[in-house]
Parts: sequence; C-alpha cells; structure tokens
Amino acid sequence: MYMHSSALLDQSSRKAQGLRMWKRYVRYRFLLLMLVPGLAYYLIFKYGPMYGLNIAFKEYRLMDGILGSQWVGLKYFKQVFTLAPDFWHVFSNTLIISLYKLIFCFPAPIVLALLFNEVRNLPFKKTVQTISYMPYFISWVVLGGILMNFFSPFNGPFGALLKALGQKPVYILGEVRYFRTLLVVSSIWKGVGWGTIIYLAALAGVDVQLYEAAVLDGAGKFKQMLHITLPSIASVIVIMLIFAVGGIVSDDFDQILNLYNPTVYRVGDVFSTYVYRAGLQNFRYSFATAAGLFRNVISFALIVGTNYISGKFSEYVLW
Amino acid sequence: MKIQSSRPERAFQAFNYILLTLLGLIMLYPFWEIIKVSFSDPLEVGRSGYRIWPIKSSLEGYIHVFKNEFVWLGYKNTIFRVIVAMSVQMALMILTAYPLSKRNLPNRNVITMFIVFTMLFNGGLIPEYLLVVNTLHLDNSVWALSLPSAINTFSMLILRNFFMTIPTEMEESAKIDGAGDLWILVRIILPLSMSVLVTVLLWGIVQNWNAWFDCIIYIRDYKKYVLQAVLRKIVIDASPELDGLGALEETIPINAEVVKASTIVVSTLPIMMIYPFVQKFFIRGVMIGSLKG
Repeated sequence: MYMHSSALLDQSSRKAQGLRMWKRYVRYRFLLLMLVPGLAYYLIFKYGPMYGLNIAFKEYRLMDGILGSQWVGLKYFKQVFTLAPDFWHVFSNTLIISLYKLIFCFPAPIVLALLFNEVRNLPFKKTVQTISYMPYFISWVVLGGILMNFFSPFNGPFGALLKALGQKPVYILGEVRYFRTLLVVSSIWKGVGWGTIIYLAALAGVDVQLYEAAVLDGAGKFKQMLHITLPSIASVIVIMLIFAVGGIVSDDFDQILNLYNPTVYRVGDVFSTYVYRAGLQNFRYSFATAAGLFRNVISFALIVGTNYISGKFSEYVLW
Repeated sequence: MKIQSSRPERAFQAFNYILLTLLGLIMLYPFWEIIKVSFSDPLEVGRSGYRIWPIKSSLEGYIHVFKNEFVWLGYKNTIFRVIVAMSVQMALMILTAYPLSKRNLPNRNVITMFIVFTMLFNGGLIPEYLLVVNTLHLDNSVWALSLPSAINTFSMLILRNFFMTIPTEMEESAKIDGAGDLWILVRIILPLSMSVLVTVLLWGIVQNWNAWFDCIIYIRDYKKYVLQAVLRKIVIDASPELDGLGALEETIPINAEVVKASTIVVSTLPIMMIYPFVQKFFIRGVMIGSLKG
C-alpha cells in the first residue's frame, strides 16, 4: 500500500516503506511463484501475437522473420483500404450481419425467458428447457452438416415444403438472397435456449410480492411485464447489450466458415473469414494482419466506448 | 388468498404451452432429420425424395462409418487432446486464480488488468498462427491444440471469484499450524471448490471436443486429426481422402448423404448422451459467472 508521498519524508521513513514492500513480497513469495506459469502463458500466447502485429507494418517474409523483414509503414493499410475491392464488401457484410443479429437474435432469448418464466407446470418447463439447450452443444460442423441435409432441394424437408407449396426447389445455402437470413435463423435456433439462462437467473430474483400488489391494483399481464419484470432484468439486458454493440465488428467465424461457399461470399464473407483466406490460404501475411489489426482496434474502441457511454447515462458498466 | 385465473390469463397460459411445445419440436426436429437419414438405405434415399421416417431402414451408413479408420483415429485423437488440454488448463487456471483471489497480493490490480486486457484486444489469427508454427514450432502436435487456449480467462475469473468467497479463517488456522501455500491450496481450497471446478472442467471438455479449426490449420497429418476435423472434411469439404468411400462409384452423391449423416450421429452421440446429466453444472457456471463478470 502506498501512503501519501511527500518530499519531506525523511530517509528512515522511506527505508521503512521499502522494507514493508519487500516484506510483502517475501510473505507472498509462494503465491507469486504460482502465478509464474500463468503469466508466462499470457506473455507468450497473448502478448506475443500482439508484438507480431508488427507484421502489418512490414513486408513480412517467412525466411526473414519479423525482425528481418523490411519496414513499409502504412503500405498494406493503404492496400486494404484502396486496392482491395472486396474489403469493403467484407466490412459491410460484417456490420450488416451483426446488425441483423442485434435486432433478431438479441431479443429472442429475452422473450423466451419471459415465456419460460410464466410456465407453472414444472416438469413441462424443465423438459422444454433441456431440449432448448441441446443445440448449443453441437458444433457448427455438425450443424452445418445437418443444415446441408435439411435444405437439400430433393430430399430435405424444406424442399418438400416448397414442393407442397408449388414452388421450385431452391438450394438455400447457395442463394445470395437467403444466406443472411439463414445465418440469423440458425443462430437463433442454436443459441436462444442457452441464452435464456442468464435472464432466467435475473428473473428468479424478482420479488413475488410485487406481482401480487400489481394484480391487486388491477394490472393485467402485459402491464405487469412492462412495469415489474422488464425493469428488474434491465441491468442484465444493458450489460448484454454493451457486449453486443461493442461486438458489432466481430462475427461468428465458426458459423460462417461452416455454412458459406464461394457463391455467397458477396453477402456472407466477413472479417474473420476474409483474413483467414487472405492470410492462411493465400499467404498474404502482411495484408491479412493489417486488415485484422484494423478490425481489432475498432472492436476495442467500440467496447471501451460503449462501456463509457453507458457509464455516463446509467449505472450499468462492465468495469 | 388464492389468486383466481381470469379468462385472458388462461388463454395466455394455453397459448404459452402450445408455443413452447412447438419450440421444443422445432429444436428436436433437425436432430431427428439427421438420425432418420443416417438409418436410411443409401440407394433408396435419392429416389424417393422426402419422407418422415427412414427410407427402408438400413445400417449401411453406419457400417461405412465404422469401417473408416479416420473416424476411430479421430475419436482417439480427440480423447487424447481433451485429456492433455484439460490437464494443462485446470492446472494453469487454478494456479493463476488462487493467488489472484488474495486481496493483499502485491501488484494484484496490475496483474489482473494485464490479464483482463487480453480479453479486449488480441493479435489476431495471423500473428497467432505464425507464433505457433514459425516461432514455437508446435505444429502437427497436440501442443498446438492445447497450449494456445490453455487459460480461458473468463473461466479463470470465475474460479478466482469463487476462491474469494472461501472464508480466510481456515487458511489462517492452517498457517498457524505451519502449512505452506501450496498445501493449503491442494488440501483445503480445492476440496471446497469441487462444484466450480467440475463446472469449469466440463466447459473445457465441451470446448475441446467441438474444436476443429485449430486442428485444421495446425495439423498436417490426417491421422492426427481430431474427430470434428475429420467430420468437417467428410461432411462439408466432401474430401474423398477421409471417408474411405473410394469403391462405390455410381451412387456416390446419394451414398455420401447417408454416410455423412451416420458420421454426424456417431461423432455427436457422446456429447448428447452425457449432456442431460451434466447440464446443471453448465447452468450453474453461467449463473456464477453472471453475478460478477
């Protein structure tokens, strides 16, 4: 603990302070030692790559390594912004898809949690909940396979539905018109059940007497929800919203990588998939790193910014 | 006083039950689809279009899957990966969380910020890849899959927060008896934290079981692929090298569908089977995590 420092502290006081600090280090030496492996991990595997971001400013060549590669300043950033026509597609796709998900996928678990909350029959509630959590645990590889089968024009149920309605069979996964819808719907299917958990936990904390009082005052279900339920979970909603808005430039790499194909790149290619292809498949390391750095900086600024703004207008903040 | 249900109230309840039942069915239906196809006869599937039940039930698909050595290797590699990764993860997370749970630890805030910052900003895919492959030369080994994600900061913070709730009296009395920090951690703290530890462990197992992308970029040898990576190659990339289907020529597109479905079922079954029993741990984990981020 640092006490108020003053230039008038005499020699012996300062020595005493130093001794106190030293004593604390000695006292906690084993605990500090325990931290070493973990800190080494963070240093190597988290901060190491941050140093590697250097590559965005260099003409990186494998043989020369990071230190040996030539410094080119903003050359690759210029390339990213001007010479790569698909970059802006990718940027807008990322934003648009995130926006869609914000509008549809964000409220879905809240609504479902509210519905679950109203169920009186406990076995029924538990059964449906358990079923709704299941999709969360399968990987996108599995879900991708399931969806490929599901939307198969000739054998899948969706194709059968279209046929029954007199429409021609359409392969959804290859259609530019439907790809984003597919992303949103499959996200909801996979995540809505799991997403209710955090809201249900908050709902469980609401005082039952509030409801009883409201009913006595003649409030109907809808009014109850508006004035009691929603305000009680407002803090959770805002925190989740901060994450969601701060994450507007990020994407669900796993989902898109498993569902997309070249025909839908125009609407479905996002930052992470773009960086992956440019960097690891086409070996344009410096370019891909520059694009990735651009995105990460925006993402960081967004989450810090949203948190700050939220702090200004309410008491809901992440830190 | 019992509150009477009014007419609109009962209508709402009925509506709710119907809606939720429909939801349950929608959740289940895709699973049924894939199970149905997996049990269908490969030759019939192409001919008859969509049916609700398996078309002429057959185990052809499954026979192909079990004959595919990559599936077996995939299982073995995945189990091996999970064991290695979880051992490293649990050890590192506990060793990091425990000291950080001590409020008087010197430089505690700085260290915590150092760690939490990594949740907000990172180097990105390319620098991470170059680090693992070019600098550390971990590629084509299980370490490339286990080390980069060795500490899940979020889980570690959950452990730390839990450790902070353990009363200090126990540690203090143990210290008076002459116990060292490590002894206290192992003999006192860990036994008390079993439920959180199990939760974090199960989380990690599921993450590692479903991980496939790191395997695809870091591992070159198909025989070392984990199950989900094998699945990805078979189902989505439709790679012929991995599905042992070479012999059947004319009906490959249709056969492939059944085999793909059977492969999916075989690789997802373990998770689906243990899931109902362990789901309460996951839920508890989310609740604990949500109380203080």
